[in-house]
Amino acid sequence: MTASASTLPQWWLDTRAAAWDRYNAAPAPSRADERWRFSDVAGITLDGLAIEPAALSDSEILALKTKAQGALSPFRATLKHAASLSFINNRLSHSASLPGELTAKGVIFCPIEEAIEKYPQHIQTYLQKHDVALGSEKFTALNTALTTSGALLYVPKNVVVELPLILEHIATDDDACVYPHTLVILEDNARATLIEYFASAEPGARHFASGVNDLHAGAGAQLTYIGAQSWSSNTLAFQTNSIVAQRDARVTSLNVHLGGRQARHESHSRLQGPGAHSEMLALTIATGAQQFDQRTLQTHQAPHTSSNLLYKNALLDTAKTIFSGLIIVEPDAQKTDAYQSNRNLMLSDAAESNSLPGLEIQANDVRCTHGATSARIPAEQEFYLQSRGIDPAQAHELLVAGFFEEVLNKLENEELHAVLASLLQTKFKK
Amino acid sequence: MHTLEIRDLVVALTETPDKPIVKGVSLTIKSGEVHAVMGPNGTGKSTLSKAIAGHPDYTITSGDVFLDGKSVLEMEPDERARAGIFLAFQYPSEIPGVSIANFLRAAVQARLGEGEDLDAVAYYKNLYAKMDMLKIDRKFTSRAVNEGFSGGEKKRCEILQMAMLEPSFALMDETDSGLDIDALKIVAEGVNQLRGPKLGVLLITHYQRLLNHIVPDYVHVMYDGRIVKSGDKNLAIELEAKGYDWVKDIAVPAMS
Repeated sequence: MTASASTLPQWWLDTRAAAWDRYNAAPAPSRADERWRFSDVAGITLDGLAIEPAALSDSEILALKTKAQGALSPFRATLKHAASLSFINNRLSHSASLPGELTAKGVIFCPIEEAIEKYPQHIQTYLQKHDVALGSEKFTALNTALTTSGALLYVPKNVVVELPLILEHIATDDDACVYPHTLVILEDNARATLIEYFASAEPGARHFASGVNDLHAGAGAQLTYIGAQSWSSNTLAFQTNSIVAQRDARVTSLNVHLGGRQARHESHSRLQGPGAHSEMLALTIATGAQQFDQRTLQTHQAPHTSSNLLYKNALLDTAKTIFSGLIIVEPDAQKTDAYQSNRNLMLSDAAESNSLPGLEIQANDVRCTHGATSARIPAEQEFYLQSRGIDPAQAHELLVAGFFEEVLNKLENEELHAVLASLLQTKFKK
Repeated sequence: MHTLEIRDLVVALTETPDKPIVKGVSLTIKSGEVHAVMGPNGTGKSTLSKAIAGHPDYTITSGDVFLDGKSVLEMEPDERARAGIFLAFQYPSEIPGVSIANFLRAAVQARLGEGEDLDAVAYYKNLYAKMDMLKIDRKFTSRAVNEGFSGGEKKRCEILQMAMLEPSFALMDETDSGLDIDALKIVAEGVNQLRGPKLGVLLITHYQRLLNHIVPDYVHVMYDGRIVKSGDKNLAIELEAKGYDWVKDIAVPAMS
């Protein structure tokens, strides 16, 4: 493994070397492993990919940055935001700094490598302190070993960042691999919204992505995290997401999945203090032969905690989705209120949705429910739309948008709601 | 001037094509005319309107429907709608999560040519004007189509759609069902406002009371899948006075 920058501290180089060893030692995913049940493990191959990003000349980097300008996210293009950072093939290509009033209050929003140098205490205290461990550890290790892109967002106690912060990760050129790594730390009573956008510059290029994010919400903090991916149709993507909520913290995470040949998303919420809440949301539009694999865990570790998971998938063509979710209530977590729901809207008879909901309750005074449904569009609804002159394809688009509204309505920022709704629509325009 | 001609139409449930419900109906509607079709329950009135609109549960086994001389039978339901046929549903579907504004916008957009974009400002201006005309609160536009609507709201939503889409022919299937008298008056007022030389209406109803508010040019009495008697608005009054048993009596010689 090559070190990308000589200025990085030794402790980080050691962390990376250890992760590289873990990556090499870990077995490839196998369907014998319960966590890979129903997954197409044969599709998970890194053969021929440029796993380790190559060193580039200045002119090559300049060419990349020029390319990145064409891949501006709909978020940065249309949303009012406090600051933004963009990466293309793991290299910083754009940054718009925080306003002075926020930096004066101690807010930090900077590239992860800068954070490793300047704010090692935050990295060492929080980075990957809580593993997700839902099956993709091999790829998470690869991310730690190779990441140069991503960011640290740090919001001190009682500080509110009103406008969203935007992070973009773009992959370009065939066989490129990207490793976004995002760390969010909200101290007690802090508040922020982070939007992360993942996309390919070319719609058909072969890309590999392994992204990781760590979200920490201190006591009373309120964090909204939006992750939206629009990878190319030939991308193999992994993303793991760890959420830790302390006393009375509230974390809302919404992941939007549009792109990729095969995309796996793992999300693990830990409710660690009384009153903590995690709202886990996801919207997926699966078309063609796409496969989306979503694995979740809601761990209740303190009394009076709550979590609500709502994952909605719209499936067309021969697409396939897998949802496997587990709620664990630890013995001390009395009065837990946990809900988990996976809803699949089937727009094709050849599409396949798999749901594996689960509960593991070790406390005796809790309320936990889960549900999974797969349903076709009722024929009466379809006819009603057609009777107004709307053709079947357009009718499906409208019904999918309607199906997703329940999730988007949970966002307080109406501007963000509108941008997400139009981003979802773009999937039908391709 | 447009013409909707229903010729010797025979309609059955798609599941049971050998058991006709509509057993040979002929009727011609021209722009500007309001035709009421009355009759007892189960006589094929609703089936007639749904078959013309292209509902997949119904199959036309013989006969034809011509819009300005062109058969619509090979057209998909959305094509028929764009050609100018509008079905006001007896039981409008709920479309969860789709606001009335977005729904109507898609329907208006569908009527534009390839590559032609909807003028959003003009669209909203038109929508609000139609809502004002029908005395519908503007907050209505952000509600999901028919979701949690009262019976009266659902029917007013149908009339609003009709006002926005400006069809050549409206097939109104039991528009009065499930409405109290106040709601019925509001809906009837809406239809009367849309009435005019550009619109032909086929008004299906079980009750004469609707015809006090929407006065038809022609009245047809349907019984057992056939039109057994046609006349002007006085026929509806006669029918109200004599009851549907009278229709059975006239239907017998008609069938023999």
